[in-house]
Amino acid sequence: MNTSEREQALEKLPLTDVFVHEGLVRGTLGTLKDIWARRELLDLLIRREIKAKYKDSVLGLVWSLVRPIVMLVIYYMVMGRVLGADRGIDHFAVYIYCGLAVWSLFQESVAGGTASIVANSGIIKKTRLPREILPLTSIGVALFNFFIQLVILVVFVLATSGINTSVNFLHFPLAIAIVLVWGTAFALLLSAANVYLRDVQYLTEVALMIGFYASPIIYPWSLAAGHMNAIVQDIYLANPITLAIMGTQFVWWKTEKVDYPWPEHLDHRMLIALAVGFVVLFIASRVFARLQRDFAQEI
Amino acid sequence: MAVEVVKAEHLNKTFTIRKQKSLKDRFVSAKGGRLHDESFTALNDIDLTINVGESVGLVGPNGSGKSTLLKVIGGILAPDSGRVMTRGRIAALLELGAGFHPDLTGRENIFLNASVLGLTRLEAEGYFDQIVEFSGIRDFIDTQVKFYSSGMYVRLAFAVAVHVDPDVLLVDEVLAVGDEPFQAKCIDKIRQFQAEGRTIIFVSHSAGQVADICDRAVVLEHGKIVEDSTPIVALGRLRRDYQQSIDASKATDTTTVSPWEARIERIYLSSPTSYHHSDFQVVMTPGSDLCFHLEVSFTEKVPDWALKVSVENFLGTTFVEADTRETLGWTMPATEGLVKFVITLPKLMLGEGDYSIRLTVRDDQDRVLDQMNHAGTFAVRGPQHVLGPVYTEPEISFQDPA
Repeated sequence: MNTSEREQALEKLPLTDVFVHEGLVRGTLGTLKDIWARRELLDLLIRREIKAKYKDSVLGLVWSLVRPIVMLVIYYMVMGRVLGADRGIDHFAVYIYCGLAVWSLFQESVAGGTASIVANSGIIKKTRLPREILPLTSIGVALFNFFIQLVILVVFVLATSGINTSVNFLHFPLAIAIVLVWGTAFALLLSAANVYLRDVQYLTEVALMIGFYASPIIYPWSLAAGHMNAIVQDIYLANPITLAIMGTQFVWWKTEKVDYPWPEHLDHRMLIALAVGFVVLFIASRVFARLQRDFAQEI
Repeated sequence: MAVEVVKAEHLNKTFTIRKQKSLKDRFVSAKGGRLHDESFTALNDIDLTINVGESVGLVGPNGSGKSTLLKVIGGILAPDSGRVMTRGRIAALLELGAGFHPDLTGRENIFLNASVLGLTRLEAEGYFDQIVEFSGIRDFIDTQVKFYSSGMYVRLAFAVAVHVDPDVLLVDEVLAVGDEPFQAKCIDKIRQFQAEGRTIIFVSHSAGQVADICDRAVVLEHGKIVEDSTPIVALGRLRRDYQQSIDASKATDTTTVSPWEARIERIYLSSPTSYHHSDFQVVMTPGSDLCFHLEVSFTEKVPDWALKVSVENFLGTTFVEADTRETLGWTMPATEGLVKFVITLPKLMLGEGDYSIRLTVRDDQDRVLDQMNHAGTFAVRGPQHVLGPVYTEPEISFQDPA
């Protein structure tokens, strides 16, 4: 192609604005379109994170199995057997593992996402791409790790208690959807805030630590419910991650006790959590879109 | 009609330089915090239109806003007000190896970097062999890049960058990397880009590079465009401004102050072939004499003082330099009061171009007594029988067949 050919080709294209100030709906559609257009990059960045993490280790990906398994054993032994949290709970290992897997999906999404923009300052400062891709990369990596843990869970369940056929399996995908929607919302919001205030990263770590114990992961809900009146129970159950964990336990953990106190209307509560999650995600993505305009100078 | 590829209108950008970044810092100085903020105008009502196939150099001193302008055009930094419009595919090449991960191999990083720069996987696969070929490090392509030498790293990154297929390429100080053969390869690639009608917008501190590559140069100072012209004119302007700030900083430098005082009171140029011209003191033909008429005043007798005369072009390249002590070995007479003299450079065979004179008066310890950059300007205009910095009249004679 020479100059005049390129001139002719470019003449047909319109001059387009580099920075578009769109309304909420059109802006959101624009963002989604941009991300979709760069999905290959998202895929490559997720692979980069996963590959780079275990690049020089002999066991490689096996390490991402070791951590959850060790945690499982520790919690099972210490909390269950030594401290006696498993009183009256059969298959306590499955119970704990369900909670741990779902929690770590959320925790990795949020913690990784929060740090993602600052950690990739080179890309932010020097290239043009939809910046949402970076927090989304953290979600992708967390999801990958979650699938590995899920494989362990399924194998373990099949080997011990067997699949519970009497429950509605849809609780599980619903639970994962809740975690992803809320995790993405937090990741977007906190990663943008972290550019302006680095303390956000550390605050997030602390908040996540509290969140871990505020969810029925290493203790049974039946035990916690006994200490709460109706209002506190409702507050406890308003936590979308708690609902997602319960939904997962509901599907995979086959308890022999018929009277385990599953919260009333678990499915409805989960659907509401998902719906609210989408609203929060929408707000978070708009806040991100606004804050990201100055990333290149603030980072 | 020229087709615009970049159109910027009334761009403004002000940075606020905050001194505190942590919560504690902000909390502690919650009330006084604003006092520590400094604002800095990077872009001040910039209007710029660039057409297809132009190669534009953005030049200016540090902090003049040229990199900011490039980032705004590239969509990386949003302006406070104003709008930028572009046409076609824009590639911003502001950092070599954006997205490179040290733990990944060269091969993996090629795909990653290409994707960051906007190539699809399919395109990257199509260019892969060319990229590796261009980088010249085929043997190490499956080695992790953390084991690369810095030269290899940069070559690989540059190889990826030049294979992105943009209509407009934004480049920030990343040209001229690697060893000399590789540099030549890069310049060839840029020339090929130009022949293909791609637009290049280029930030550089290297006047030579801008003069070599660009057909237009834009000078920015304090966020404003102060000159938008051919590289020669624009770089001349920039150089004059630089010289002023260099002189200003020298004036405050007291370590090399001489105990004597001298002043260049007057200088004018003349040449027997010169004719009157509004922009230059002298316009001469190649090969004629150039005379410097000088008046220097001394408050007391300065022993063994020296005078240096340099002829430079507007890029600062020196063509002729004569020093009464160092190169000529003359002893200048120690006199009090005004000294008038004429220095002649006979038969000055300079090529066509615009030149500038620099004068320095020094004492016996080489301390500067007075200095004039751009003490005068002159132009050489001739029949253009040869091109280049040196002029000659070629002759031809055929040998009689034996």
